[in-house]
Amino acid sequence: MRSRRLLLREIYVWELPVRLYHWLNALCIVLLCLTGYAIAEPVAILSTTEANFSYWFGIIRFIHFAVAYVFLFNFAFRIYWGFAGNRYANWRNYIPLKKSQWKELFDVIRVDILMLKNKPVDTIGHNTLASVIYFAFFGAFALQCITGFGLYAKMSNAWFPKLFAWIVPLMGGDLIARQVHHFLMWFFILFSIIHVYLVFYHDYIERHGVTSSMIGGWKFIEEELATEEEIAETVEKITKSVHHKEHV
Amino acid sequence: MEEKRLSVYEECAARGVSRRDFLKFCTTMAAWMGLQQSGAAQVANALEVKPRLPVVWLHLQECTCCSESFLRSSHPVVATLLLDRISLDYSETLMAAAGHQAEAALRDTMQKYRNEYLLMIEGSVPTANEACCCIGGRSARQIVDEAAAGARAVIAWGNCASSGCVQAANPNPTGAKPIHRILRSKPIINVQGCPPIAEVMAGIIVHMLTFEGIPQLDGLGRPKAFYSRRVHDTCYRRANFDAGLFVESFDDDNANKGYCLYKVGCKGPNTYNACGIIKWNEGVSYPIQSGHPCIGCSEANFWDNSPFYKHNPGVKGFGIEATADQIGLIVGGITVAGIAAHAVATNIRKKQLIENKSNE
Repeated sequence: MRSRRLLLREIYVWELPVRLYHWLNALCIVLLCLTGYAIAEPVAILSTTEANFSYWFGIIRFIHFAVAYVFLFNFAFRIYWGFAGNRYANWRNYIPLKKSQWKELFDVIRVDILMLKNKPVDTIGHNTLASVIYFAFFGAFALQCITGFGLYAKMSNAWFPKLFAWIVPLMGGDLIARQVHHFLMWFFILFSIIHVYLVFYHDYIERHGVTSSMIGGWKFIEEELATEEEIAETVEKITKSVHHKEHV
Repeated sequence: MEEKRLSVYEECAARGVSRRDFLKFCTTMAAWMGLQQSGAAQVANALEVKPRLPVVWLHLQECTCCSESFLRSSHPVVATLLLDRISLDYSETLMAAAGHQAEAALRDTMQKYRNEYLLMIEGSVPTANEACCCIGGRSARQIVDEAAAGARAVIAWGNCASSGCVQAANPNPTGAKPIHRILRSKPIINVQGCPPIAEVMAGIIVHMLTFEGIPQLDGLGRPKAFYSRRVHDTCYRRANFDAGLFVESFDDDNANKGYCLYKVGCKGPNTYNACGIIKWNEGVSYPIQSGHPCIGCSEANFWDNSPFYKHNPGVKGFGIEATADQIGLIVGGITVAGIAAHAVATNIRKKQLIENKSNE
């Protein structure tokens, strides 16, 4: 029997709203990419039917638009949760403003991508490189929503898509907005491939249970790292309450 | 002595256009402009009472297809009332005068009808080298600036004047710019299309005469009355689009059946114009009806969003031409290869990684 004795602690990293967001988002992205690609490159059907017997392309487009609404509001909820959620969901993770975040970012590049060092970078939530890429991905979300709803505005009587109509004249017309929208789809596809691979990679190497953590929310973290985290959290809490008292 | 400026109706009557034809024209225009029933009377009244609009019509970097389109308007009144009047003022193509006489005509109109005349421009303005387009020793830019100074409003005819058209397409050797990028001091109406539909052009002029204001414009400066719907929305082949029945190539069975032209490059879903309703050549047909995809000529940069026969535009700088999908697939392939390499490398150093982790 091969075994290791490790002192691990379970840490609740991903709260339920984060997990729900994640899987709903994944579902939306899969559906939007599939229907979006079908809209851009419809399959060839040679048939002798008249148009009024069929509506499949209309249904594909309906799914695309309906899922787009879910995607947008799910995304909006995640932004809210960046302010309301726990320390791993907080918006500060995604924008590297601290020096330590930049250091970690380069460490991750050296270890995980360039493979120059063999000592894994220990993190509990996202590592900084992942966070920065998620931040860029959020930018793509936003641009995709804006161009998508901007293009959709003219087909809809609803007030909501009209809020995005400004993007079309800003970009110079539907043709360009559509092209941007189509290009960004590939960004989503590439992101998904790399994202899934890296989840496998980290689980393979670090075995924190990152894959199942997006289902159950808990991660297995080495006792030493967990203690460090606990201390950091306590210090943060104290400084916060001190600041609070000073203001009061 | 001040000559009396005739109204449109008076000029029509003098040229033998019947009252009936005149009213037919007014009603048609009111309908195209989207006015309610009483609008026809407003139009008729304006054309009867108001003196003609003084017009300066400039031709810059263009092919005169806007003028040609205008000549093919479906109604005799248009030619009579609008073109004949225009020729009275200044238009290089249509006026009788030439050389110094023409220059004098331009100067006269600009002085006599200062702040009253409409400046209509066909064509774009070169900015890289202004010498690319000179008339009477002055560059297009100088002429536009001078003529615009005393104009009530500017009408930019066609894609050239509205967004640069083919001259502004990559690599744009003359640095061609549309009028709204040259001129900011005056209201500009972009009457898009290559060329615009004659009835649309007439409709804009009638609107300017009847209501004396600028028609409602969309975000890209196009009159909403004619450019608020996509060619796609008024397309008689639309049912085939929703049913997913597409022409795969121009001579296939689907093409014979008149299925949707989306997959052979129709830009109708991204193009705002009135082709599906007003049509061309006295309402005979329009490109889609003739079995040809819309090329999106009333949209900015439609040349750069080519090829015309593919719905997904080509991307420059990647070989001769590649679509976003080809680039995406190649980048995707590279990514997968990179992942595979990374996975192999990970396995090679896995032992070390785990040892490091265990020895912490």
